[in-house]
Amino acid sequence: MTTGSKSAKQTMRPVAFVNARLLDPASGLDSPGGLLTEDGRILDLGPQLTADGLPEGAEVVDCAGQCLAPGLVDIRVQLREPGEEHKETIATGSAAAAAGGVTSMVCLPNTDPVIDDVAGVEFIARRARETKRAKIYCYGAVTKRLAGKDLVEMGLLAESGALAFTDGLVAVSDARVMRRALSYASAFDLLILQHPEEPRLTEGGAMNAGELATRLGLSGIPRAAEVMMIERDLHLVAMTGGRYHAAHVSTATAIEAIRAAKRQGLRVTCDTAPPYFALNEVAVGDYRTFAKLSPPLRSEEDREAVAAAVADGTIDCIASDHAPHDQESKRVPFAHAAAGGAGLETLLPVTLELYHKGEAQLLDLLARMTVAPADLLRLPQGRLAKGAPADLVLFDLEAPARIDADRLRGKSKNSPFDGRPVQGRVLRTVVDGRTVFAAEE
Amino acid sequence: MTDRPTDSPGAPAPILYAHRHLLGIEGLSVPEITSLLDLADSYVEQNRQADKKRSLLRGRTVINLFFENSTRTRTSFELAGKRLGADVINMSVTTSSIKKGETLIDTAMTLNAMHPDVLVVRHPDSGAVNLLSQKVDGAVINAGDGSHEHPTQALLDALTIRRRRGRLAGLLVAICGDLLHSRVARSNIHLLTTMGARVRVIAPPTLMPGAIERMGVEAFTDMRQGLQGCDIVMMLRLQTERMQGSFVPSIREYFRFYGLDYDKLGAAKPDALIMHPGPMNRGAEIDSEVADDIDRSVIREQVEMGVAVRMACLDALTRQSTSNSPLGAS
Repeated sequence: MTTGSKSAKQTMRPVAFVNARLLDPASGLDSPGGLLTEDGRILDLGPQLTADGLPEGAEVVDCAGQCLAPGLVDIRVQLREPGEEHKETIATGSAAAAAGGVTSMVCLPNTDPVIDDVAGVEFIARRARETKRAKIYCYGAVTKRLAGKDLVEMGLLAESGALAFTDGLVAVSDARVMRRALSYASAFDLLILQHPEEPRLTEGGAMNAGELATRLGLSGIPRAAEVMMIERDLHLVAMTGGRYHAAHVSTATAIEAIRAAKRQGLRVTCDTAPPYFALNEVAVGDYRTFAKLSPPLRSEEDREAVAAAVADGTIDCIASDHAPHDQESKRVPFAHAAAGGAGLETLLPVTLELYHKGEAQLLDLLARMTVAPADLLRLPQGRLAKGAPADLVLFDLEAPARIDADRLRGKSKNSPFDGRPVQGRVLRTVVDGRTVFAAEE
Repeated sequence: MTDRPTDSPGAPAPILYAHRHLLGIEGLSVPEITSLLDLADSYVEQNRQADKKRSLLRGRTVINLFFENSTRTRTSFELAGKRLGADVINMSVTTSSIKKGETLIDTAMTLNAMHPDVLVVRHPDSGAVNLLSQKVDGAVINAGDGSHEHPTQALLDALTIRRRRGRLAGLLVAICGDLLHSRVARSNIHLLTTMGARVRVIAPPTLMPGAIERMGVEAFTDMRQGLQGCDIVMMLRLQTERMQGSFVPSIREYFRFYGLDYDKLGAAKPDALIMHPGPMNRGAEIDSEVADDIDRSVIREQVEMGVAVRMACLDALTRQSTSNSPLGAS
């Protein structure tokens, strides 16, 4: 089905993807056609573009009618470098990204050391240049050492490449600090991303509060912890005029609060991750630590609300929330297990479930993983447009597959979706016109 | 004390318990529970004879692996194993808070290599015993994991009640106190509701687990209301460190509203039995006189039943492994 892929890496001669189903959420395009790349950019695209009349020497990739879409822009990953290279590295994480159709990803600053100064941002930028399989960006911390007290040099970090600011896995819980962060960031029109959980209600909690937590004898995290923090922040956004993004929203009430804030015209966005619309707390079952996430998997009612909000756009983006953990972090009693799941390679197929179940439009789902996150962070990719970076994913929308955690390319195999049957398979991933992943036949 | 006919010890009744481990009561069927209780009943009589020792488990090794301090439960299991003729070894593992999990798996693997037939495990974390059971070849008995389950306690409570009342079905049982942190309560709720008893739980809201009604019980925050018409009053131990203003304001206040004294006990049936898994905090969750009331309190009897129940569990699980396969292939 594909031809001549071997040589694509070395040369920058034009590449023509022909006989594709072009899917571009930014323009609403869904039509058969072709796409031509040159020097890492999209030169041309459209139904008229066929194998005939291509530039001299162009490499031709016959897409055999499969879907060609912008490469995925994943705005929430942990690559564990620097500091926890036994769990993941920028190199292994990039291999996972390429296999998952993710062409850009943004790392959280919760590394060791924390990315809270210019040197940290530059370290990630340098490692990203050395790793050519995906574009890697980072957030800066909101507060130094993620301690929740003193603001980082947001302006300087942004100048050196930090795309936005977040304290990663911990909430900026002090209202005064959050107010100042939003207020100060607004001078540079910078975005603050919040881990929305009231920490005093979450402390010591291992899973969603409710019947199952009671049966398992695990301490519960109430759903209200999420909406409380979001509602507090929304007041601060209204006070400061800041740009605010709530990460991995997991509850119906939080979604309702964000919907209302959007109606009011506040500059508020949010994302979620596939576990929150594909799983519920039952996945914890008999103390399955791979299903221990932060925030925790919620009730079925919440899962339905998240899926609906993904479909209707209240949830702007879908991120993998890739959180690789080694065995030692997961093969322990549930309360002590690290939270989080590997997600880069399951982002696309699990998200496509919503399309296959008829709950969301294909272009809408792709928008949440391409143009919406790119626009949020003001990146030029995430769209099929002349002159845009040639970051692409070619995928088979229908191919049945079963997620096999042992076969994940990332260093850690802690997928909450192990064994899950899915439909949709990445065939080829292209970054700046170079093929960085091609599926084996 | 009892007019129940007892089986003659040694003539092995068919045991309907068909699991490799005993990790919890949740999911056990009426015949399984009944079968374990019947077997335990036979051991009660044996334990009252001068010669208590039998050779049923001769050559078998039982390891009591305790990651949490416990004198009573450990001693009870130790006696149970020895009275059946097993070699019993006690291991106490004090865990540093950071390396808990690692210690658990490492210890499990190490002990497994010594081919114990039964591991009796207590651990401060919910689910830890389930996790350990996945790593070993022998049978595992949960001697209490975190706030999850303590199945042998529920069985001994049930045996105590059944011998006194002749049945479990139809009784009204109140479980009072720190439900939130109690594995005893959870195992008892599973067992009693399975066997057809009606269960009420009584606690201040701060010590009441969320959605507990979904486990098939009625919840009360007023003790007198909750005790109204009860046949059995089960008190739970309140960890004193939880009473210093975090979950309840003070011991004094707790005792006033949730401590079992004659005044509150008056709401229960006149012949209601008083139970407590021990060790008791006299003057915190239970009045000293009530605890020692020989007409009402069966607390010491519970201890006696404990040994019999644990003998029955060891017996049932080792019969399983005999009929199954040889000990863990390396």
